[in-house]
Amino acid sequence: MAGFVFPNEGVVEWDLLIVIYPYITGLVAGAFIVSSLYHVFGLTSLRPVARFSLLTALSFLIVTPMPLVIHLGRPERGLEMFLTPNLNSAMSAFGYIWFFYLLIVLGEVWLVFRPDIVRYAMATEGTRKTIYSILALGVDDISEESLAIDKKLIKILAFIGVPAAILLHGYVGFIFGAVKANPWWSTPLMPIIFLMSATVSGIALLLVLYVITTKIRHASLDHDCLRSLSLWLAGFLAINVVLEGLEVFSMLYESEESWEIISQLITQKIGLSYFGIQFISGALLPLLVLGGVEIIKPEAQQKTYATFLAATLVLIGVFAMRWNVVIGGQLMSKSLRGFISYTPPLFGLNGLLTASVLLTLPFLILTLITYLLPPWQPDIKQETVPRRRLR
Amino acid sequence: MRKKISRRDFVRIGTQSVVGGIVLYTIPALFADFTTATANSSSYDWEKHYWGFVCDNEKCIGCGRCVVACKLENKVPWEPEYNRTWVERYVITEEGETFVDSPNAGRDGFKTEQPHPNVLKSFFVPKLCNQCDNPPCVTVCPVGATYMTEDGVILIDQEHCIGCGYCLQACPYGARFFLPDKRVVDKCNWCYHRISKGILPACVEACPVKARVFGDLWDPESPVAKTLAAKRVYVLKPDLGTEPKVYYIGFEKGVH
Repeated sequence: MAGFVFPNEGVVEWDLLIVIYPYITGLVAGAFIVSSLYHVFGLTSLRPVARFSLLTALSFLIVTPMPLVIHLGRPERGLEMFLTPNLNSAMSAFGYIWFFYLLIVLGEVWLVFRPDIVRYAMATEGTRKTIYSILALGVDDISEESLAIDKKLIKILAFIGVPAAILLHGYVGFIFGAVKANPWWSTPLMPIIFLMSATVSGIALLLVLYVITTKIRHASLDHDCLRSLSLWLAGFLAINVVLEGLEVFSMLYESEESWEIISQLITQKIGLSYFGIQFISGALLPLLVLGGVEIIKPEAQQKTYATFLAATLVLIGVFAMRWNVVIGGQLMSKSLRGFISYTPPLFGLNGLLTASVLLTLPFLILTLITYLLPPWQPDIKQETVPRRRLR
Repeated sequence: MRKKISRRDFVRIGTQSVVGGIVLYTIPALFADFTTATANSSSYDWEKHYWGFVCDNEKCIGCGRCVVACKLENKVPWEPEYNRTWVERYVITEEGETFVDSPNAGRDGFKTEQPHPNVLKSFFVPKLCNQCDNPPCVTVCPVGATYMTEDGVILIDQEHCIGCGYCLQACPYGARFFLPDKRVVDKCNWCYHRISKGILPACVEACPVKARVFGDLWDPESPVAKTLAAKRVYVLKPDLGTEPKVYYIGFEKGVH
């Protein structure tokens, strides 16, 4: 503790778990937007990851409420947010938005994978057959007409899903941005910044996962897809870094009473994670790398390594951004005269261990889902090649 | 010719009288509870009051009795990081620097030795929940566990609070804290259990120099209304539009 803080302010109440909550939500929104770039906006170069990104969004979405519920002082009362909500509260909407979005993603996953599910249900035996039969929900019609209807529905769901994803994450930004008591949070830019960084983190995650899973499957990378991902990553990243810079620049320029403590916060208290990780290694360096790859055009393998590295740095950078917002905002006393310190504990419900479990969980779920519903291209090719021959 | 009572009859009559006695004994008690409860609620009409508070920074001597009285009255944990009310000391030097501290939240008073050689002026500021008319804590509570009463006090239903901590973030004054045992939020409610019975809040009663004034804003004869009519006052962080109902006498720049 340094300077003066109000006596009740000794503890950072929104801790590591609340840092990973917007991080996970952001990955959901970003991953979904990638799948929509293909499903809605017809970006065919993203086809190899379109189905996979949908599963990624679902896996992370399932985990989203967990850090929130664990963090509650009285988790057993968590459902009250559904049952007796105060609709004036930005937070009370979380449950509804999350649930609505879950339905959309589940619906889209089911429609996209339905032909596979039905085929697996027919081709497998035993437990697997049971599982796929259940997943088929009793609909085994995969005729051309039926699939055409599916395709329309997928488009509609993806179309609703884009604003829903934006709502889900813009809303997370609003939870912080609407707290006028906290000058580091209180800016209308917050939802937009959260949204952009969400998109950035989602694309980066998919890029990283695409490279890793391709390696694991001993498949060959689709370099068009990789290039497309890295270009979209660079584009959103550029917008994101400008917005994040503008936010602080306008604070500096307006120089309100709170600027003095904010400048101390970003230069001293979170200097490394703010300038070092969020801006330099998490945004500027990846931009340089991604741009450099486009200009120099190195050979395929080096290109893959470079973009992989850039995307990994972006993922770390966005995590740092979440940390800098959530923790950073609470390090400053509302007396504007001092700082609280925070180091996450290793053990305990709110510790590093819980956080790492929560961050690993989506990957385990994703592994399970991709095992059940392989989203990869060979499946798509088998499906599309004969059709072309028919024509 | 005495009538003989069999053992069976003895047990039967005995049981009946014991049970009957218990029932007869408890009925008046039930009624008594019921009547006092209704009497209390009917004698206090929360639509007829609107409470207000004045802190006089020019009078406060930083003795910390208010903090102690509050902790005892409201069973606030004794540790200095849990406070419904606290006292801050401001020291302004001739060089124009401001130093603020609140050792143990002012609970044990303030030591007299000054670490700053060139003190221009020094004063104390008592702090408590401002019971804002436009309370951000009430807006953000996702389950409506914190709410404003008709008489203008913000209360917390601790049986309903889920402990999300959003109200702690939303309060610009640091008035709220987590109760370590109950894992729900607590804060000053101007001793609502007292004021609704016509008794002053514990801190007001404990203050030896009348630096804390409490009363009904709607009653022109109340101490608060009289003070507000006579003095120029200010509120904390007026720019946030929270409309606090704790008014301060003795404005100084930099007191948040």
